[in-house]
Amino acid sequence: MPGMHRHRVEEDRVRRHGRLRTAVQLAAAVFFNGYAAGFVKGKIFTGGTKGFCVPVLNCYSCPGALGACPIGALQSLLGGGSRIPFYALGLLMLFGVVCGRLLCGFLCPFGFLQDLLHRIPVKKVQVPKRLDRPLRLVKYIVLVVLVVGLPLLATNTYGIGTPWFCKLLCPAGTLEGGIPLMVLNGSLRALAGTLFRWKVLVLLTVVIACLLIHRFFCRYLCPLGAIYSLFNRFALCRMKLDRTKCVSCGRCESACPMAVDVTRDINGPECIRCGKCAAVCPTDAISHDWPLHSHVESQKSKIHKQT
Amino acid sequence: MSEKKHARLLRIAAAAVGAAFVAAGLWQGQYEAVLQKAVRICLECIGIG
Repeated sequence: MPGMHRHRVEEDRVRRHGRLRTAVQLAAAVFFNGYAAGFVKGKIFTGGTKGFCVPVLNCYSCPGALGACPIGALQSLLGGGSRIPFYALGLLMLFGVVCGRLLCGFLCPFGFLQDLLHRIPVKKVQVPKRLDRPLRLVKYIVLVVLVVGLPLLATNTYGIGTPWFCKLLCPAGTLEGGIPLMVLNGSLRALAGTLFRWKVLVLLTVVIACLLIHRFFCRYLCPLGAIYSLFNRFALCRMKLDRTKCVSCGRCESACPMAVDVTRDINGPECIRCGKCAAVCPTDAISHDWPLHSHVESQKSKIHKQT
Repeated sequence: MSEKKHARLLRIAAAAVGAAFVAAGLWQGQYEAVLQKAVRICLECIGIG
């Protein structure tokens, strides 16, 4: 029957998209943490690439990390006396203007973990809009207070600031750096105390929240997502909605991991460009609007018209 | 000015400022500062210091 066939084609498309994105996310996680020897020796990589900020939240104390965390770099530059952290800020601006929050949707290892956690079949929670909207502002408060304000202003007697976001909140640091190093390195394990217990508690809370609410950390707490969201409206990598094809079925909004109002604000600050909306759209009204992707699609349709 | 033109101008401006910031940061030795931090275990990050 034609309806059943179309349904199966749509399901296949959704599955294919899911598999492709998972493959990219896994490859990115391995790429950013490719120093396998670190996991064996219980030590971190000390090569020259460690000075380069990767575009995602990836703790530089992860035994496998090959680059620097941009949020950690921002805090260390601010806390180390640089009035303006030009280097880290400049890289973040370049990443943001090209990719926007596509980096969250495809490359961030902690985003990948949240997507995996959400697949675990427990009852999911829909956050009411009247709570969701104000809670989205919390990540900007985290950025301004913990990432910028405290490292800059709360300095010790030598004028050096502390990376307060890393110290008090960052669950990626605990998961990628703290736990592996504690397991592999006995001398570090002996130093674990109240702060480590606090960080594990924060990590567990975030993990449980991510089981219930898709991309909980990205929505409400991630300061890097907060920075990239500022570029989302005009970043090069965007999504496109063809309103002439849209039938307002609502499937895009049901599929969206960030609970974006897809048909009203498709390129808003919360869209992580994961493409799930495009994959489930029954009328192909939604598509990626990436520079190369648009060119490839227009060439394909030209060839199709000629044949 | 159309929305697309506006977005394009913002992209160019942000990219130019970003590139200038990276150059300024490199000139000020901030790459080395980040490297020095990143090659040492961040005790705050892992929940010790």
